[in-house]
Amino acid sequence: MTGAAAAAEDDQAVITGIGVVSPSGLGAERHWEATLTGRVAIGPITRFDPTGYPARLSGEVPGFVPRDHLPGRLLPQTDRLTQLALTAAEWAITDAGLSPSPEESLRYGVVLANSAGGFEFGENELRKLWSMGPKKVSAYQSYAWFYAVNTGQISIRHGLRGPCGVLVSGQAGGLDAIGQACRVLRKGAEAVLTGGFEAPVCSWGVTAMSAGRDAPTAPRLSAGDDPATAYRPFAADASGHVIAEGGAILVLEREGHARARGARHRYGRVAGYAATMDPPPGSSRPATLRNAAALALADAGLAPERIDVVFADAAGATMRDRAEAEALTGLFGAGGVPVTAPKAMTGRMSAGGAAVDVATCLLAMRDGMIPPTADVRPDPSYGLDLVTGRPRPARIGHALILARGEGGFNSALVLAACPRESPPAAGPPDERAPRALTGNDPRS
Amino acid sequence: MAQDGPITLTDLVAVLRDCAGEDDGVDLGGDIADRAFTDLGYDSVAMMEVSARMVERFGLRLDEARLFELGTPAEMLRCLNQAAAGDGEVRS
Repeated sequence: MTGAAAAAEDDQAVITGIGVVSPSGLGAERHWEATLTGRVAIGPITRFDPTGYPARLSGEVPGFVPRDHLPGRLLPQTDRLTQLALTAAEWAITDAGLSPSPEESLRYGVVLANSAGGFEFGENELRKLWSMGPKKVSAYQSYAWFYAVNTGQISIRHGLRGPCGVLVSGQAGGLDAIGQACRVLRKGAEAVLTGGFEAPVCSWGVTAMSAGRDAPTAPRLSAGDDPATAYRPFAADASGHVIAEGGAILVLEREGHARARGARHRYGRVAGYAATMDPPPGSSRPATLRNAAALALADAGLAPERIDVVFADAAGATMRDRAEAEALTGLFGAGGVPVTAPKAMTGRMSAGGAAVDVATCLLAMRDGMIPPTADVRPDPSYGLDLVTGRPRPARIGHALILARGEGGFNSALVLAACPRESPPAAGPPDERAPRALTGNDPRS
Repeated sequence: MAQDGPITLTDLVAVLRDCAGEDDGVDLGGDIADRAFTDLGYDSVAMMEVSARMVERFGLRLDEARLFELGTPAEMLRCLNQAAAGDGEVRS
């Protein structure tokens, strides 16, 4: 290996820790086991009485007791959103075995996605404002409600004082955060906590998320009552999606840094990322999801044949499913690549959803197993090789993950498997080199 | 709203626990009167919340500029009790 190649490898972005909190379970391994069984984790809304609301089902994180996971002082100041994210962040850091010293902490960042903020906290404080007056509103409302709150709370709790940020692009956010985390690593950070979380299952959240649902281009919220059929992406009679809470936090780290500190895991490497924006409704220009996928492949330097599985965005509404299927068959040919959408079992976690897809994909790579899209029977006219019913054994060297946010956000991420053995140490880990990822991202 | 006798540390601790939570490493039932609020795990936003609830509970108006000078539970109680003995307004 040449010195330059070794240094370039040092700069690659590898994932060294995973924390998942999702309707399918608490913790990455429980989530993974449940995902492989194909069990649907969607159920009737229990966090409020949904009578009279446009949705009655959701994917709720089961059995999460905040005080079992967090110091008491944090409970009154945090929404469920932040309680879920803080818990996953701690698991991810523990999994990675990361413990930055105060001197190092300026080179450790937090870049997450969120789009609704602490909705339930805000709802409760608004109720107090209107029924009891401004003096009753909690001082913690100042930050508990908004979308940057997870980034801030995690940064403070773990003393990660480097580059921080929040991405707000709906379901695409989970991938956009990882793309931004890669930029932050290229600018000199050693490690970044990234991913996304959402917790919209409250009366205001459901109201907001169902607003405009009758517009032809809006993501459709399923009005179904049966958890087994309410959200069936790529089915001929797909009727929309079910909202869900949860997400994942990943530790993204420069390869050289991971090697120097003897990181326990290398779950995978971020090989490519790109994002595009769709033209406005009514435009004659085409949708751009396929461009995002093609640009991410180009960023990774890979031909489509090198991709072993696609984790689809899987909106669960006919127009959007059709657009995604056309993007995939356009790139890979009909049935050209196995496609899966395990989110059919959990519901869509908005900014948390794609982050969970990335975590799931890394575990799929580790175990050589493509998880199923529940028991959905896909419409054959889409031309997709959708993995359904049970997991499919497969060697996964490279994977493509797609996500779309409301309003035209399209994002695509390419993951590459890491070799089982650590590569031999070569040269000092801190030498800078040409970055591994190239700039095909239209937003950069 | 006004209570018989002075506002006590027990009253303050009840409010602290209720509205700002409790750090696992701190015993609010112990001798905390002269420990700094920051040592007990409460930041400036927590202090705003605690003071709002104390004021609400005891019917006293607490000047915000004054609030951030109150570094310990004892100082806060002294300030509140002076106000309770006077006209209900907390002065510096």
